[in-house]
This record gives sequence, structure tokens and C-alpha cells, in this order.
Amino acid sequence: CLSVTKMLSAQGFGDTGKMKEYHYTGPVEHRFSPYAFNGGTVLAVAGEDFAIVASDTRLSEGYSIHSRDSPKCYKLTDTTVIGCSGFHGDCLTLTKIIDARLKMYKHSNNKTMTSGAIAAMLSTILYSRRFFPYYVYNIIGGLDEEGKGAVYSFDPVGSYQRDTYKAGGSASAMLQPLLDNQIGFKNMEGVEHVPLTQDKAVQLVKDVFISAAERDVYTGDALRICVITKEGIKEQTIPLRKD
Amino acid sequence: MALFDVSGFKSYSELRRQIFPAGQTHLVDRTNHYNFGTKTQEFAVPVGADPSGFLKSCNHDSGVCIEMNHGTTTLAFKFRHGVIVAVDSRASAGRYLASNDVNKVIEINPYLLGTMSGSAADCQYWERLLAKECRLYRLRNNHRISVAAASKLLSNMMLGYRGMGLSMGSMICGWDKEVRVLVCTTWMIMGRVCRVVCSLPAVGTVTPTVWWTAYELGRRGIAHATHRDAYSGGVVNMYHMQEDGWIKVCKEDVSELIHRYRKGMF
Repeated sequence: CLSVTKMLSAQGFGDTGKMKEYHYTGPVEHRFSPYAFNGGTVLAVAGEDFAIVASDTRLSEGYSIHSRDSPKCYKLTDTTVIGCSGFHGDCLTLTKIIDARLKMYKHSNNKTMTSGAIAAMLSTILYSRRFFPYYVYNIIGGLDEEGKGAVYSFDPVGSYQRDTYKAGGSASAMLQPLLDNQIGFKNMEGVEHVPLTQDKAVQLVKDVFISAAERDVYTGDALRICVITKEGIKEQTIPLRKD
Repeated sequence: MALFDVSGFKSYSELRRQIFPAGQTHLVDRTNHYNFGTKTQEFAVPVGADPSGFLKSCNHDSGVCIEMNHGTTTLAFKFRHGVIVAVDSRASAGRYLASNDVNKVIEINPYLLGTMSGSAADCQYWERLLAKECRLYRLRNNHRISVAAASKLLSNMMLGYRGMGLSMGSMICGWDKEVRVLVCTTWMIMGRVCRVVCSLPAVGTVTPTVWWTAYELGRRGIAHATHRDAYSGGVVNMYHMQEDGWIKVCKEDVSELIHRYRKGMF
């Protein structure tokens, strides 16, 4: 037993060159990183007269879970919901700034901001931090002035465009191709393009998140769905895998 | 700081003060809480760090991965009946394709078009600001801004942020009174701003005289580029700048175009 322990000690063999060292011994630079990755996935779908914004509710960091009940959808107005994932600190600050700007607009112009206007404003807010970005992936879902569903997706520094559906966050690369196929009818031939009904869209969102929770460690615990119609915003919570 | 003085290090705010003593825009460590940067344009900058290298140092740090959307192939050429602008529609964020359906032509006003390549956010923001400046020019001077002046405005706006990591390759195309048709290209990468005025057609010896030949040339150019470049793809958006404004010609899927042109390609 003594001889076995001696053979396994890496230090002893380092000099002769028979076994390599198992750790780096040179200087290492450590610096404070202002960012952290807190996980989470957000999804938004726009229909003919409705919009859906859904997110999981897990807040994690590294190997730990900080909270199982931290949804990432924030209600902005009666017709607009924003989903933010990425660094939780920046998500909180960004939503506070958007709320303040919405109030300022309401007080100056005596009307609520429309979804398109909120999207354009968010683009300039994000770009004002072009050199020290908010580490947030945003997706806005809502109804436009004509009452049709609208989804606006952003990158961390404010580039945006209007979409029909978009997934963002840690499982976005897994969900987006599935949405491309089921909602966009891409990569299929000879299929009738049936417009999405509200019930089918909600069921699709639930199925898609269940799949994401299976394969992404940062997604799970529960799913919060916000359905936006002209009657208002309805929320529902569905449990997901907790492991 | 004493160490800065001894080493001769010049912080970015000092360098900028030398270029712009008046200081129209402010670089601050956080934007003003009371008016949130609505009164004057403010940009937040990380304290004590080089802005262009800052993001790279934060990435790969326990899962943090901040990727910005980038866009690629654009072309524009002048011919007898105006300017053809053709672009692809792919936006990539690192290795992930953020979108295959981006409009990379920014409609500044009915007589000016700007293309987007490089960082999508930079192009969208600065060309939107250019649209505002062109509108103000029109209101103050009672005539439309010339294309050369518009591109000069854009290039001067960029100059203030030289060395800070902006990346924009944009072409401003238009039709104005003095010099019939102009395509001005502005690049800003790695701290260099170049502005080139192209008044000759940029494409070989073949000068298209008929509209449909020009359209075909634009379409083929983008289709061939997307075939070989991983960062280009999606659809071809084509605009035709005429004397009384631009028109959107077509939006065609690249896979169908490649199928159509396959004889010369494989």
C-alpha cells in the first residue's frame, strides 16, 4: 500500500518528466467580474390577436440554485410584457429603469406607451450602455396598435427586430429550431400553413419548456405563462422538473 | 492619479477631450438617475478599463457569454437608372444564428438608404441618429441633404468613438441634385474610420443598362456570397434607388436562388 501511494503522487514524478504535473503553478490573474450568469429561458409567440410570453422560474449561479420561484416575465403595461434573462442584477435594474421611463412618458404625454414605442425606447436604453452592457437578453411580447400580436427580440446592446416567435436565454439554441419548425413551418415541405390558435400556442409553449427542462440544467422548476389579449393579461403557472 | 502621470497613461476621457473640447456627449460610469440620459446623450463606460477589451475579458468567466448580433454581406452599385442595393439577412451572435430574417437596409428617409454590416446595434443606432440629423438639416435649410454630406455626418459621429470598439461597415446610397447618384462607404473597425466615395460602378466591366439585368446581378452576387460564407444567408433583400425615391424590389430566399443558379456553382 505504501508503494502505491508513492506512485500516485504527481509531485515526485514531475522532475523526471515521466508524469505531467496536474496543476498550473504560474501566476494567475484574477479580476472582479461585474457579471454573473443566472440562467433561465424566455420565450414569446405572437398570434393573430394574442401574444404569449413565457419563462421558467429557476434562478441559478454556477452549480447552485438560488431560487425556484423567480419568474422572468415582467408586466409593463396592460398590453405589454417583457421577458429578461441573463444576469439577474441587470434584469432588475433594467426593468426599474423601463418602469420609470414609462411613468415619465405617461405624465408628459397623457397616454400609455405602445409596444412598438417601448421596443424602440428599450433599444436606446440598451445602447446607452454600449461600452458596459447590460447582460440581459430581452424579448418583448404584446399587442400592437391594431390589436395584432407582436414580439420584439433584442441583443444585449440594443439591436432589435419584430418577429413572430423567439426564444432567448440558456435553452434558446434548443428551443428556437423547434419553434422554427412548429410555428414557422420551416424545413418541411407540402405542409399546410395553418395559423396558430391561442390554445394550440399555449399547449406548444408548455411542451417546448418541458423539453427544455429535460436537457438544460439552468431551466426547470416551474413555467410562468402570460397570455396577452385585448381583455388583459392572464397568468398561469405550470410545474416543471425540479432536478 | 500619480501612477497614471508617471507612466504617461492617458485615460479615454482625456483623449476625447483633446479631440472634442466642447464635449457634446458624455462618457459616464452610470447614466443620470433623474433624467436617464433623455436630455443629453450619455454613454456608460466601465471605470478604469479599456472599453474595447473589457467585454472580451468578461467572457469565458464562469458561464458569462455576452455576444452581440453581427451582420455581413451587402452590396451596392450604381448604374444608368440609379443604384441597386442588395443585402443578405443573417445575424449571428458568436456561433449561434440569432436570426435569419433581419432587414439590413436601413431606410433613413425616402431618398437615402443605409446598409448594415458589422455590429447590428451600432448600425441601427447610428443610422437612426443620422436620420434625425438629416431631418433637422432639411427643416433648417429647406432642401434635402446631399448624400456626400449625410455620409460625412455619419463618419464624423463615428470619429468621436474611435478606438472604443465600435464596428460598422455601412454604405449610404442616394440620389441627390448635384451629383446624380452616389454610394459612400464608411468603415469603422479597430479604431480607423474611412470614408470612400464611389462614383464609378464597383462591378467589373459589365455595365448593366437594363433594370432587370441589374436586379439579376444584385441577386446573383448575394446568392453566391451566401453559398460560400458561413455568416451570410437567409433571404436577399433588394432595393432600387430611383430619382424620386427608393423602391423595394424583392425579398427572395437564398436556397431557391442557389437552386436556380446551380449550373455555374457546383
